[in-house]
Amino acid sequence: MAYRIVHYINQFYAGIGGEEKADYQPEIREGVVGPGMALKAAFKGEAEIVATVICGDSYFASNMDEASAKILGMMKEYKPDAFIAGPAFNAGRYGTACGAMCDAVSKAFGIPVISGMYPENPGVEMYRKSAWIIETPDSAAGMRKAVPAMAKLALKLLKGESVGKPSEEGYIERGIRKNMFYEKLAAERCVDMFTAKIKGEPFETEYVMPVFDRVDPQPAVKDIKHAVIALVTSGGICPKGNPDHIEASSASKFGEYDITGVNDLTSEKYCTAHGGYDATYADQDADRVLPVDVMRDLEREGAIGKLHNKFYTTVGNGTAVANAKKFGAEIANRLVADGVTAVILTST
Amino acid sequence: MVKEIERKLPVVHMCTIVPISQTVGANRIVPTIAIPHPLGDPSRTPEEEKALRRGLVERALKALQTEITEQTVFTE
Amino acid sequence: MKLELHRLKVNGLKLGEKTGFENGILTVNKAEILALISEDPLLGKNIDVDIAMPGESTRIMPVKDVIEPRWKISGKGQVFPGMISDVETVGEGQTLVLSGCAVLTTGKLVRFQEGIIDMSGPGADYTPYSKTCNVVLVLEPSDPNMDKHDYEKACRLAGLKTAAYLAKSCAGCAADSVEVYERPTIREAMNEFPGLPKVGYIYMLQTQGLLHDTYLYGVDVKRILPTLVSPLEVMDGAIVSGNCVSACDKNSTYSHLNNPVIADMLKRHGKDFNFVAVIVTNENVTLADKRRSSSYAAKLAAMLGLDGVVITEEGFGNPDADLIMNCRKCEQLGIKTALLTDEYAGQDGASQSLADSCPEGNACVTAGNANEVIHLPAMSKVIGYAEEANVIAGGWQGSLAEDGSITVELQAITGATSELGYTKLGAYTL
Repeated sequence: MAYRIVHYINQFYAGIGGEEKADYQPEIREGVVGPGMALKAAFKGEAEIVATVICGDSYFASNMDEASAKILGMMKEYKPDAFIAGPAFNAGRYGTACGAMCDAVSKAFGIPVISGMYPENPGVEMYRKSAWIIETPDSAAGMRKAVPAMAKLALKLLKGESVGKPSEEGYIERGIRKNMFYEKLAAERCVDMFTAKIKGEPFETEYVMPVFDRVDPQPAVKDIKHAVIALVTSGGICPKGNPDHIEASSASKFGEYDITGVNDLTSEKYCTAHGGYDATYADQDADRVLPVDVMRDLEREGAIGKLHNKFYTTVGNGTAVANAKKFGAEIANRLVADGVTAVILTST
Repeated sequence: MVKEIERKLPVVHMCTIVPISQTVGANRIVPTIAIPHPLGDPSRTPEEEKALRRGLVERALKALQTEITEQTVFTE
Repeated sequence: MKLELHRLKVNGLKLGEKTGFENGILTVNKAEILALISEDPLLGKNIDVDIAMPGESTRIMPVKDVIEPRWKISGKGQVFPGMISDVETVGEGQTLVLSGCAVLTTGKLVRFQEGIIDMSGPGADYTPYSKTCNVVLVLEPSDPNMDKHDYEKACRLAGLKTAAYLAKSCAGCAADSVEVYERPTIREAMNEFPGLPKVGYIYMLQTQGLLHDTYLYGVDVKRILPTLVSPLEVMDGAIVSGNCVSACDKNSTYSHLNNPVIADMLKRHGKDFNFVAVIVTNENVTLADKRRSSSYAAKLAAMLGLDGVVITEEGFGNPDADLIMNCRKCEQLGIKTALLTDEYAGQDGASQSLADSCPEGNACVTAGNANEVIHLPAMSKVIGYAEEANVIAGGWQGSLAEDGSITVELQAITGATSELGYTKLGAYTL
């Protein structure tokens, strides 16, 4: 049986009209429309386009949540095995819509999602982690090149075959690290690369060093004597027994613990859940990681307004940046809601 | 984590391995003692240790009260 | 300096009357091992010796260390100097190796960082120690409230003693193969191969406290300044692991003995480069120590006039800062570097893999993403304690399912992302 594909295109490729029709509301039609013909041909019967979703670019851009929810609803009865959007070439709104729909479909149905775009299309930067985006030229003149590559990758994903490197398959690098077994030991690969480097021969690193983004500093705290200061730590300090089972490494959660009336973190009541450092000292006296004792003194002396009555903790050990980001954002929201002025974050 | 908090509230990062904090992008950084005990030193008496901790926390509070325009490490 | 490795190829294991080697089979007298290790008052009564062979439906966990049995049949000193032998330097003479055999220490958990070894199934593909014939020690502390440092030490010594005992018991056997290694003095090395670049190896060792320590001639490496060591000393057990940073990227004592970076550099010595020196350095917990050790290691490389160094990391997170400092400081001195590390890119692989970075690190090999999740089907036999899957690094509450299967990150598999490069695993960017 052929795999079932739902294809997404905009009003222009559906032949409805150009910019003047860009507010066209989403609809779904059975079978192939517009560029779907070329896709169909490229599938050579292995997959079939069961339905085509059409949506105006402006409509999608100004009603993203609503439009994508509506489209997901329409698609459901077609039971797709994969979702293909575009190709959008260098059309910005179309590319963004294709990316957003790929992201939504992947989350809702867990099926492969494929699009095609020119590398500078803004949809690439926004959605390259969510979708497989085949690299295309900047205009529809590249349709003939884009479509077979999209179809080929879609079939590979549908069959559960492993996907090669971006340069081999023609998709835009997603920035997702995937394990594989190489021919040689990592040690031999490293000495190979080393040899090439010292001889001045070309070599390709296996991992390009990351560049981290920046956030502007917040203004200073003006009135510390009335400020509410919260303590947050990535050092895993938690009530003894780790009641929330925060993982020793690669944490999937953070803990929120009330310290109303707690003046000192004693070894009877607190410990660390962290698996990345020698925990002896933190287990003996958790104030060494989370300075509740000193903060209470400062509070009593009036040096600060108040120590916030909850502290937040997670384990920074081997925890993905994406998770750490999520925890940080959620903790910040809760702290703002509780009227906290500023934060001391301790790390081990 | 520190950056996500910084989007909403002033935050000071107290950590031992300052270069990581700098690479990752914390803005207000206070260097601490050692990874397993950033705010303590088990080789000292409890009183000395608490005084040491207090000094570091006071430095963190000072950092929070200092206007900055770029990444700053507060060493005193 | 000349060292001969006399290898006996172990293809099978059995428990029996007399420990010895015949026709590829290592016979192990369990009672003798129990007597040997139970001398230590720190170990409890309930200890055991078991065997596990490649292909068996056996799971061993939580594994603390893996050690290859070796014993010096001639030459100065004895294996694992400063740990179970005198502190005399090693690396010369003849050393008997039970190739294809390993001693595994398991038993009650010391701390979260211990690992899983499956002898068959999908997990076996990820650990080098599913291919060895394993003598497994199941240990416990004599007092459940014992200081964890003491218990760790007891486990470490039990493993080393057993490994030395097994090889010693086979000392009379004729070797299946003999490898000869000869290393010149530094003075000779400087005049060898005039056309080839002079290179070295910066060997980073994890040194951050309980279950994060490594020993050189019995000295806790956190207390050393970077120093020179001969590859031949490493082959005789000068470096011993007392750590499991996370099981996947702990450099086991076995992988130190068989360090594949050293092996490959020795192979290419005289062809692609002149391999002059190994510099051992640490990964300590204070910034001052990290700065001092990285500056000192780079300085040693510069004093030796090296053109390039291979740098291997042990562990992840803050040691990434040591790796980056070593890399940057060497490059700034004009010494070219290639780095060997592993990655923590999240279960979905979408996060940054390292905690620190620098543009000079442009030649980087990784042993894979340790956060990738793997499902390990139930095994018919478990040596050790399966329930620890819920608390070890790489596991979570619920990792151990009712049917005995385990779902964990590769982090929890011993040696899966070895940063000495002892596996073929790597990663690429989708």
